[in-house]
Amino acid sequence: MVERTPILDTLTYVFLMLGICIVGFPIFYTIVAATLPLDEVSKIPMPLMPGDQFWVNVKAAWAQGNLGRQLFNSFIMASGITVGKIVVSMLGAFSIVYFDYRFRKIAFATVFCTLMLPVEVRILPTYEIAANLFGPLQWLVDALHLNTLLQWWVGNEVDIQLEWSLLDSYTGLILPLVASATCTFLFRQFFLTVPEELCEAAKLDGASAMMFFRKILLPLSKTNIAALVVIEFVYGWNQYLWPLLITTDPGMTTAVIGLQELIPQIDDVPKWNVALAGALLVMLPPILVVLSMQRWFVKGLVEREK
Amino acid sequence: MIKRSHFTSKFLAYLLITPQILVTLTFFYWPAAQGMLQSVMLSDPFGQRNQFVWLDNFIGIFTDPLYLKSVGITLVFSFAVAVLAILSGLLIATMANRALIAKTPIRTLLIWPYAVAPAISGILWLFLLHPSFGVIAIFIKRRLGIDWNPVLNGTDAFIMVVLASAWKQISYNFVFFMAGLQAVPHSLIEAAAMDGAGPFRRFWAITLPLLSPTLFFLMVMNVIYAFFETFGVIHTVTQGGPGGATTTLVYKVYQDGFIGLNLGSSAAQSVVLMALIVTITVLQFKYVERKVQYTV
Repeated sequence: MVERTPILDTLTYVFLMLGICIVGFPIFYTIVAATLPLDEVSKIPMPLMPGDQFWVNVKAAWAQGNLGRQLFNSFIMASGITVGKIVVSMLGAFSIVYFDYRFRKIAFATVFCTLMLPVEVRILPTYEIAANLFGPLQWLVDALHLNTLLQWWVGNEVDIQLEWSLLDSYTGLILPLVASATCTFLFRQFFLTVPEELCEAAKLDGASAMMFFRKILLPLSKTNIAALVVIEFVYGWNQYLWPLLITTDPGMTTAVIGLQELIPQIDDVPKWNVALAGALLVMLPPILVVLSMQRWFVKGLVEREK
Repeated sequence: MIKRSHFTSKFLAYLLITPQILVTLTFFYWPAAQGMLQSVMLSDPFGQRNQFVWLDNFIGIFTDPLYLKSVGITLVFSFAVAVLAILSGLLIATMANRALIAKTPIRTLLIWPYAVAPAISGILWLFLLHPSFGVIAIFIKRRLGIDWNPVLNGTDAFIMVVLASAWKQISYNFVFFMAGLQAVPHSLIEAAAMDGAGPFRRFWAITLPLLSPTLFFLMVMNVIYAFFETFGVIHTVTQGGPGGATTTLVYKVYQDGFIGLNLGSSAAQSVVLMALIVTITVLQFKYVERKVQYTV
């Protein structure tokens, strides 16, 4: 600090402790509640000392909902989105930055325009396309009267019905969220800062485009990839609206949505201890990812939004 | 922009960009176009018949008192969430930036709520503010003598949803403010101190103006967050109730379209939201460009 301000410094730490307590209180309280038996958790006010019933409550939550399966689904969905987004956008950015072709600018603009169009603003039409991925093709078939054409050609009654539903499937949970203008943009910006000489040298040595990508760009992008892994994993794990829409089978939905089954309603036995034990279990994986990769997380978050 | 030294294989170039374009066209452009088409159509819930009705759906939503109420709720809601989360984030970040010892553990303790899903944040706050069991609710009732009941009272439910949504967003703002504060040149602070400016004066006259791009950016991001991502909080905790007191615009699109099967109205609402977000994005880019010119 610039000057000595003992009073202000003390105040700083006091406020900081206060801030940490306010931010941390909900989680502390949840941990306490998750370790108490039912009669303790319903006491008013609830005791602030943790009990020893944590495993009992976790087991109850596990048995009551379909939590094991749903955690597995969440894991598949979050990793699928993470890997898919990074692969798709890295290849896309590579194509945009390192190749020259007629539609390059149009391709970039097409992707860039979707920068801020969250799934929340196009709920129903996106649901419709997930219910039948071949919807646009079917529309084309109908518009061109291919049915009639084919009938005329083959000579008997033909009806083309194209249908591929993504409802209640992992593909449906992952694929629509894989397109990400932010990631493509991030990789594009990063590739533009890679020195020209690297590519020239690689070309002189006779490396193909993919060889250059694998041997030079990929290792250089390591920290960017690590940062995106954290952010996209958390993003994928915490998705709510999309899995809610396209899954009806409780065995195919994600853990964050499955939790709602555990919340005690007005007339239920108030098993808050079980509900909160379940909540702890579901929020643990993304928290662990963020905390274990904190450095990359901060870097990624700040750079991603630039 | 393109690299001076680049590759020439056209086939490979198209192959590499294909997955991105395909997914973007299928899940962004096609649904967006369908939504716009649907918004000028009147259709029965089974999607069998469509009738072109010009702008009737838009007139319908803007004369619907429930929709207008939801617009008001959303505006107040997003403003409250953004201001609460940004101010808390700024306050904590300024303090954390002053702290000399235990920097890393402090940061760790403040970052993790970022990873909590909005829906789970809702559950935690529902428990804290629950009229029969919540520890904060009991404090409010007994000590402050206020009849607090977010399950039945609309205003209380609204406050609960705001708290749950803002709490989760504090760490996001904290990270950005920390990055912004560390970018403030130390020489400026020292020069001001030499001129006799105290810590508070320095904050107002130097740090805050230098943080204004961050502040603006966070305002935009927080409003977008409050508009769209808080769906999870509302769906788990209040389901838009009691009496529609927490029905935000996105929740209403979901309710009218997915539950009520009023396709035309839901599509018109989606188009309004799309127009809104496009406006925000354009504004943001304009501002960013001006900022770049200013610094160069």
